[in-house]
Amino acid sequence: MNVRTEQKLAFSVLFLCTVLVVLPVLVILGIIVVKGGSALNWGFLTAMPRAGMTAGGIMPAILGTLYLVMGAVLFAVPLGVLSAIYLVEYSREGRISRLIKLAIVNLAGVPSVVYGLFGLGVFVVFLGMGASILSGSLTLGIMILPVIITASREALESVPRSFRVVSLSLGASRWQTIRYAVLPHAIPGILTGTILGLGRAAGETAPILFTVAAFYLPKLPQSMFDQTMALPYHLYVISTQVPGVPENIRFGTALVLLLLVLTLNLAAILLRYRFRKRKRW
Amino acid sequence: MVAPTTTCISAKDLTLHFGTTCALRSLSLDIRKNEIFTIIGPANSGKSSFLQALNRLNDLQVGYREEGTIELDGVNIRSIDIEQLRARVGIVFALPFPLPMSIYDNITYGPRMHGLRNRARLDDIVERSLSESFLWDEVKDRLHAPAMNLSGGQQQRLCIARILAVEPEVILFDEPTSGLDPISTARVEETMRILRSRYTIVLVTNNVAQAARVGDRTAFFLMGELIELDGTSVIFTTPSDRRTDDYVTGKFG
Repeated sequence: MNVRTEQKLAFSVLFLCTVLVVLPVLVILGIIVVKGGSALNWGFLTAMPRAGMTAGGIMPAILGTLYLVMGAVLFAVPLGVLSAIYLVEYSREGRISRLIKLAIVNLAGVPSVVYGLFGLGVFVVFLGMGASILSGSLTLGIMILPVIITASREALESVPRSFRVVSLSLGASRWQTIRYAVLPHAIPGILTGTILGLGRAAGETAPILFTVAAFYLPKLPQSMFDQTMALPYHLYVISTQVPGVPENIRFGTALVLLLLVLTLNLAAILLRYRFRKRKRW
Repeated sequence: MVAPTTTCISAKDLTLHFGTTCALRSLSLDIRKNEIFTIIGPANSGKSSFLQALNRLNDLQVGYREEGTIELDGVNIRSIDIEQLRARVGIVFALPFPLPMSIYDNITYGPRMHGLRNRARLDDIVERSLSESFLWDEVKDRLHAPAMNLSGGQQQRLCIARILAVEPEVILFDEPTSGLDPISTARVEETMRILRSRYTIVLVTNNVAQAARVGDRTAFFLMGELIELDGTSVIFTTPSDRRTDDYVTGKFG
C-alpha cells in the first residue's frame, strides 16, 4: 500500500467515525419530530391532560418543569457564584482549597439518582418539606451547583490578573476590585454556565422522582409546598405506566422537552459567541 | 511648598524574599520629597521588588516575606490602611494596563472607589489629570471611547493620568517606557519632569540614559544589593564603585 492510498484510507475512517457520531443525534431528532410533530399545537401546550392522560395537553408538566428550573436557579446561582468568587479571589492555595475543588469536581460526577435519594433523605424527610416544588428545586439546585461553580471559576480565572493589580494599585479594596474590575468581565461566562445548568435541570428525571414529581394532578400547584407534574417524569409515565396513550402525544411530549433543552443550550452558545466577539484584551 | 531635602520615603534594613529567593538584602535608603529618584541595575537586581514594596503590591505574591521597615512621612507603611497607602503611593507599570472601559471611567476609577460620586467634580478631575499628563488635547472629544483604542504611548499617559486622579504624594514608575517608541518616551519623560514639582517620583528603569536624563539622584542596584547612591551626575561621571562605572558605561548589563 503506498503512502497516498494509506492516507486516503485513514481519512475515510476518520470521516466515517465522525458521521457515526452525528448520525444518532440526527436519527433521534428525526424520529421524534416525525412521530411527535403532529401533536404539537397551541392546545397541546396550554391544555390540561384529559381522559387519563391519553388526550388533551401537557401544560401542567411544562409549567412544573419551569417552576423547578426557576427554583433551582434561584438557589444555585447565588450560592455557586459566591462560592466561586471565594475560591478564586479569596482562598489561599492550600490543602483545604484543593480539597474543596476536588469535592466540586466529584460532585459533578455523582449520578443524578443519588441526588434524588439525597433530596428525599434531606429535604423531603429530614427537613420535613415533603414532596414539594421546594424539595425538588433544592435537589436540582444541588445537582447543577458544580456546573455553575466550575463555569464561574473559569470565567473569573480568565479575567486578566492585571485588572486586579491595577484596581488594587489605585487604592480600591479587594471587594471593590472584585465588584468593579473583575465580576463585570466574568458575567458572560457565568451566564453561560448558568444556562447550561438550567438545561440539565430541565431534562433530569431521577432527582425529581422522589422529591416532587407527581404521577397525575388534576389541578395546578398552588404554592411551592405542593407537588407538581414535570416534563421528564410525565414522559416516563405516559410512555411506560399508562396504557393506550397515542404515539403522537408521547413523542410530542418528548419533542417539547427536547426543544426546551435545546433552546436553552442554543441560548448559551449564542450568548457566549456574542460576548466573545465583544471581548477585547 | 516643602523644602526639597525633607525625607519622603525611608527604607531601613529592608530584606525581601519571594519563596526561597532573596530579592533584596538589607537595604537602607531615603527618598526625598519632590525629587526624581531613579533606580538602575540589570535584571533581577531587586529594583522592581523594592518599588512594589513601597505600596505593598508585593503582598499579592504568594510566598512573599519582608523584613525591615519602610516609612512614609515618618510613619511605618504597615500601620497605614492599605487602601490609603496605595492611594498615596501610586504606580505606573511597565505595560500600560487600561481597564476595559472608557477613558473617562478609567480616570475616575480611583476617585469613585474612594467614594466620590459628584459628577461635576469627577469631570474636573478628568480634565485636570489628563491635562497634567498631556493627553487632554488628544482625547477631549472622545472621553467616552474605550481606552483600549488608544495607542501605546497614549495608554501609558492615560495610566499616569489615572494615578494623578487619586492625588497621590508619590508616583512609582516601573520601567514606564520599556514598551514605547522614542517620541512617546520623550513625552513621558517630559511629564515626569513637570510632575516633579508637586510629586515625589521614584523611577525604575532599564534604560541607563533615561536615568541620566531625568534623575536627580540615582541608585545602582546589583543582585539585590544597593551598590551606590548619589546625585545622578556623580553616578554617571565619577562613580566611586567600579561596578557602577562598568554598568553605566555599558561594560555589562
